[in-house]
Amino acid sequence: MILIKSGKIADAEKTYTADILIENGKIKQIGENLSAKGAEEIDAEGLTIIPGMIDMHCHLREPGQEYKEDILSGSKAAVKGGFTSIVCMPNTDPVIDNAGLIAYVQERAKKVGLCKIYPTGAITTGLGGTQLTEMGELKAAGAVAFTDDGKPVSSGKMMRNALNYAKCLDALLILHEEDLDLRADGVMNEGYYSSMLGLRGINRAAEESMIARDIALAESLKCRIHIAHVSTRGGFDMIKKAKARGVSVTCETMPHYFSADDSWVVGYDSNTKVNPPLRTKDDVAAAIEAIKDGTVDAIATDHAPHHVDEKDVEYDIALFGISGFESALSLMVTHLLPAGVSLNKIAELTSKNPAKILRIPGGSIAEGEPADLTIFDENEKYVFTKADMVSRGKNSPFIGRELVGKAKYTVVDGVIKYKES
Amino acid sequence: MQLINKDLVGLEGVSAEEIAHILDSAKSMKDYLQQGVKKMPQLQNKSIVTLFYENSTRTKMSFDLAGKYLGASMSAIAASSSSIQKGETLLDTGRTLEARGIDIIIMRHPMSGAPEFLGRNISARVINAGDGMHEHPTQALLDMYTMQEKLGRLAGLKVAIIGDILHSRVARSNLHGLKTMGADVTLCGPGTLMPVEIEKTGVKVTYDIREAVKDADVVMGLRLQLERQKSGLLPSLREYNELFGVNSEVLKLAKPHALIMHPGPVNRGVEMDTDIIDHDRSVITEQVTNGVAVRMALLYIMTRKKEDIV
Repeated sequence: MILIKSGKIADAEKTYTADILIENGKIKQIGENLSAKGAEEIDAEGLTIIPGMIDMHCHLREPGQEYKEDILSGSKAAVKGGFTSIVCMPNTDPVIDNAGLIAYVQERAKKVGLCKIYPTGAITTGLGGTQLTEMGELKAAGAVAFTDDGKPVSSGKMMRNALNYAKCLDALLILHEEDLDLRADGVMNEGYYSSMLGLRGINRAAEESMIARDIALAESLKCRIHIAHVSTRGGFDMIKKAKARGVSVTCETMPHYFSADDSWVVGYDSNTKVNPPLRTKDDVAAAIEAIKDGTVDAIATDHAPHHVDEKDVEYDIALFGISGFESALSLMVTHLLPAGVSLNKIAELTSKNPAKILRIPGGSIAEGEPADLTIFDENEKYVFTKADMVSRGKNSPFIGRELVGKAKYTVVDGVIKYKES
Repeated sequence: MQLINKDLVGLEGVSAEEIAHILDSAKSMKDYLQQGVKKMPQLQNKSIVTLFYENSTRTKMSFDLAGKYLGASMSAIAASSSSIQKGETLLDTGRTLEARGIDIIIMRHPMSGAPEFLGRNISARVINAGDGMHEHPTQALLDMYTMQEKLGRLAGLKVAIIGDILHSRVARSNLHGLKTMGADVTLCGPGTLMPVEIEKTGVKVTYDIREAVKDADVVMGLRLQLERQKSGLLPSLREYNELFGVNSEVLKLAKPHALIMHPGPVNRGVEMDTDIIDHDRSVITEQVTNGVAVRMALLYIMTRKKEDIV
């Protein structure tokens, strides 16, 4: 039994102060002045409690690239960041494109036993873009969605087939939108800063043209799609309009797209190298607008840990990706709350909506529900350092920056899986 | 006077005072050279390495001579050298050099930002001798030296830079240096070879070579890498020459005293016609001479300790 005293509770609908009593992994009671003999007490006065955060987009690198991260180190980083559930991408080595590998991830997750891990399966075998995976079997094994993330499904014909096939299984496709030919060998957003730095630019149309293609396909085929890591104003605009027309499209963005822009690349810190790239200040503003107006359904991390040797090199040859678990909540508190985004909205985007989109448990704080809770201090200011990162990948452009808001406890199925020491 | 930053990775952010100081010192160096003095003691306890990841004849030789004339111990590492061939990272190569007590690393690299990255990680001073599409500060310094020597000033000069701006580190360094010194810069080239939003730096951009050259004090051509045509950026070298080649017709639009410059090596008949290259207002070979003096000045300034400066 755990009794959480006097926390400010914020779910997607309302904010109130109450005690939460947890028993047998579930929320038994929410109310004022609760007491329970023998219960472990958490004094949450001055702290904020939101439904356990669900990161619907991360890379755990296992199997195959354990030198970057594995399910244990990734899970530790996730719970330290306040996440109770995470959804891992299938671009591992080998690619998670068969039911056996889904089972492998699930088993490892169970053994590690920190947060809930939901694997996704590839859309095409080996992310090759030419042959559909056995989505039926993968889904039955527990794949919560399908994605070739890391790569686009370049062929329009293949995407059409994937959508039609997923539809008959009622499966969700998560789409990495990128025209590889147009991106070419670009390494950062194409704009003033790429011109100044002499780095090859990635034109925004590389992302937007593929979003346009897939919205048109989803609309005509009447399929459900989820657009991953949207980073441009044009992308948000198209999704907003598509939603207004009734297209079944949802999308996510990442903390780095509303916290950092392409001016951060000045100095060639390869920790700023991510795909899609950090865009302009106007795109940062657009991301926050899209969060506020309901265009964005979820905030996910795209946690992409890399080894230091893969980042401590010339910008052109550094790998794309930001290690994001431990800074995500702080970035939301630092950049969204002051912009007028409510705690309820944050709860909706980090928990209620991801649960709904993926049809997994979570998303609310209510009696009888699983006790997945993120407890944080929304006022604590601190300088984010490498020491704050337990992920094997220390590749964060936010190292050295002052952030606000820090996870204090992460409770998964009624067990404290992380407590700030 | 010292330079403010440890490394010289570009002219962006370098002050007018610093640039003027380098150009003034280069004048003294050139005086020595013209008197035939080719052995001086100023750098005799200094150890300098040229670390070139790209082929270069002109720049490397120019630095080599500059260092030798000042008495420095010069050594060279080329990309074909064994440890680099064996896959040693830039950082490891830099740290190895540092462990040998090198004072200055002069570096050329095909990737933008590589000198800045290395300089941030080691204590030896790094001079960028050209990085990717980013900057080539010593080329711009020698260009500015030449302009000042020939025209008596930099402020208010109208400088037209014509050609493949996108891939040109020479253009970027000149743009920054010239803007800082108060010159008006106009960039001209095909749309496929023009960096986006470059006009935000305060330069003019035009696609019409006549407009660019009109009333110019300096007409600077840039080398066109001939493979640009194959990569789909240009329809043909013939059309490039027709639209963006500097020829005698175009030159008539410039001021009568206008200088003709080019960082070399030149593709004759592509970015410049032969009669322009060999024109009596062409200072292309003097640029090379001045390069040694400017690099001597820079090496001298960058090896002074604060207490050495009187």
